[in-house]
Amino acid sequence: MSDPKQIDFSGAGDHPLSPASQTASHHTPMSDLLQIDFSAVREPKIVGIDLGTTNSLVAFMDLTGPEIIPGEDGARLVPSIVSLNASGETVVGNAARELLLTQPERTVYSVKRLMGRGAGDVQDELRLFPFRVAEESETVIRLELGERTFTPPEISAIILRQLKRNAEAFLGEPVPRAVITVPAYFNDAQRQATRDAGRIAGLEVVRLVNEPTAAALAYGLDKRKTGVITVYDLGGGTFDISILRLHEGIFEVLATNGDTHLGGDDIDNRMLRVALEDIQSEWGEDLSADGHAVQLLRRAVIDAKERLSFVPATSIQLEFRGKKYEREITREVFEKLILDIVDRTLGPCRSCIRDAGVSAEQIDEVVLVGGSTRIPMVRRAVEVLFRARPHTELNPDEVVALGAAVQAGILAGKVDDQLLLDVTPLSLGIETLGGTVSKLIHRNSTIPASATEVFTTAVDGQTNVLIHVLQGERELAKDCRSLARFDLKDVEPMPAGAARIEVRFLIDANGILNVAARDIRTGREQNVEVKPSYGLTDEQVEAMIQESMQMAESDFHERQVRDARVEADRILSAVEKAKLSPAYLELAGDEKRQIEDALRQLQTVYHADDHLSIRAQMEALDKATQGLAEKMMDQAVSAALKGTKI
Amino acid sequence: MNADGCWKCGQAPHDSLFCRFCNTLQPPSQDYYRFFELDRQLSIDLSDLQRRYYSLSRLVHPDHFARGTPNEKRFALDATAILNDAFRTLRDPVARAEYVLREEGIEAAHDGAKRVPPELLEEVFEVRTALEGDAAARATLASSLDRFRALRGQADRELETLFQQYDAEGGRDTLANVRATLDRRKYIANLIEELEAGLPSPGFL
Repeated sequence: MSDPKQIDFSGAGDHPLSPASQTASHHTPMSDLLQIDFSAVREPKIVGIDLGTTNSLVAFMDLTGPEIIPGEDGARLVPSIVSLNASGETVVGNAARELLLTQPERTVYSVKRLMGRGAGDVQDELRLFPFRVAEESETVIRLELGERTFTPPEISAIILRQLKRNAEAFLGEPVPRAVITVPAYFNDAQRQATRDAGRIAGLEVVRLVNEPTAAALAYGLDKRKTGVITVYDLGGGTFDISILRLHEGIFEVLATNGDTHLGGDDIDNRMLRVALEDIQSEWGEDLSADGHAVQLLRRAVIDAKERLSFVPATSIQLEFRGKKYEREITREVFEKLILDIVDRTLGPCRSCIRDAGVSAEQIDEVVLVGGSTRIPMVRRAVEVLFRARPHTELNPDEVVALGAAVQAGILAGKVDDQLLLDVTPLSLGIETLGGTVSKLIHRNSTIPASATEVFTTAVDGQTNVLIHVLQGERELAKDCRSLARFDLKDVEPMPAGAARIEVRFLIDANGILNVAARDIRTGREQNVEVKPSYGLTDEQVEAMIQESMQMAESDFHERQVRDARVEADRILSAVEKAKLSPAYLELAGDEKRQIEDALRQLQTVYHADDHLSIRAQMEALDKATQGLAEKMMDQAVSAALKGTKI
Repeated sequence: MNADGCWKCGQAPHDSLFCRFCNTLQPPSQDYYRFFELDRQLSIDLSDLQRRYYSLSRLVHPDHFARGTPNEKRFALDATAILNDAFRTLRDPVARAEYVLREEGIEAAHDGAKRVPPELLEEVFEVRTALEGDAAARATLASSLDRFRALRGQADRELETLFQQYDAEGGRDTLANVRATLDRRKYIANLIEELEAGLPSPGFL
């Protein structure tokens, strides 16, 4: 790990030093020279962030390669848990993990599973979460935490802000930009929600990168110049499989597949349910409604799950209200319990191999990513399917963040021999007459990808055309995921079928859809209004950015008021003390009155929520007591000369 | 491609991705062949195409323009989208032929791929009847599936010959033949898809 104060010459070389810093250096002693801040002449770093279901990490590209940035407590993983404490402040990470036990109803975890979704999508799993969902959650879920509600992007933004702070403290400079990873199988709404989270956290998201592809980048690839590799990524809440062709530093994704609702969480929930039933039959008591008990037990089954990756048998233990529960569990029983969950990853693997146009024998290497790939049964399943021993050299929890930092390096121009060519995981289509879907961009197309379609009007004088865009592989619109409705507005009124509007659908390098329309007859740009089916509108995101800036401002304001009161306390007690000195008795009545007035006024504004008037009154009091202070000083000096103590 | 000259330095019109004078990325050509600097031939050397694709990707990918001006970013995104669309089209013989036909103004007949090729009428009728029947009836379709696959292979070979003929001599008659062969192939391919969906799956890989 490098020293954060290390001078980075990589950026400084391109820019002449500013004259100011040159002159300054003439007078600067050696010890200070080592701390010259080049940030003024260097582009700010782009960090790489793995915003995970269970844990989140931030990494940056050091001179020697990608490095994870630890938090102030030295921890490399920040648990993706957010809690609202009693005084209404948000708490993130390990501290929130503790609050999950004591105030489960004010704590959120695994929020990634709710990104870009509506309440209707997640009914089943919401039952397992301790928090409540507010009304009006059809297009974006609203979570009730205490007296406030948060959308999933806002919760994610709180985690991102913590990572941003960690990076800024470690690097000693502002970190305004980031590459953030997403599951390869995330749809448009889930990607947009992630980008929104970045914006709300005050980050410019320069790129969204697919997690398995990031992992491939981190594995570096000087090891093997050409070949076909597979990345099997089973994380806390999502599963991805990607097959890539490597060719002299180009990482070309051939196909990707996955399930954005499959991961370690499902294993935890399965074990939790079994343990709850077990306890009920043993104690005759159903604990499932007790949030505290459920979270204690949840942690106990996770501990047992993790131990079973290394030992053949362990036990699940719970102590609750003086009672003790202990159940032995062997790896064999555990494997029977999760067999169908592991099996669910195999279907996407087979589809991916088929779509990539390769056979299992042609795959040279398999890379394992995500904490759940530590489970021996998962490793065996991968070995059997791909007939290759998987790579596990890099920590499966860290490899995605490291890859995100490499991609950040590519975008910053620091890495120029590697290039990622990724694909879109789902086909993009539009609804046609009769509710069928006409595919415009097929899944596994390399992005950026585009398609152009000409639209017209159906009735005379029609002035707008509505286009319903969907993602998915099914034939009927109702079976695909609605992405958005695009309204072509202000179409010139003409006979039916005479208007010709060319619409260009462009999926950018983030995997996000952009739409532009043009009137072919006039060549003029056509006005398009976007109504996203899931997620936040641009206006809502803007409002959240404002709110979070105001919150940051109000935090700042609160601190300023608090600081001013601390200083006021000091000056008030000093003056009260001075009033007892002989010097005070010698003051003229006028002067005493002035001091009394100033004292009263400071006491009045003390409780007001305005640090500026507190400071103004402090100054007034200081001025009013100047004569008193001089007198006290004189008396102290003459007392000292006489050798007596006053 | 750019009659007004370079958008940045204003130098004379030119016909390349980057300005010859100031080396700035230009608005990309929409023509797939021109983008790859290839003649409009129906037969293409696929390994050569792949090589060109990789080196063009290195030149125009948005990753290399992340620090560029808004114009450069936009052109890099457009150019790479066209490059990817072009590569997807040109590497597939059927999509490539469809593209050339469209560029040459030979549109697909509205129901070209829906018309049953006359020589297949009888067999298609039998297949459709079996597809609607019970499992035993559908099991008899395996041999039909093999036969249609062979027919598709035959259409591919015919296309190959027509491609070579067009590349050597040109001529709209040849393109018309390409059109007809493509329609026939499409019909057979659709039928194969239906059969594959109707037959019990032979298992993975």
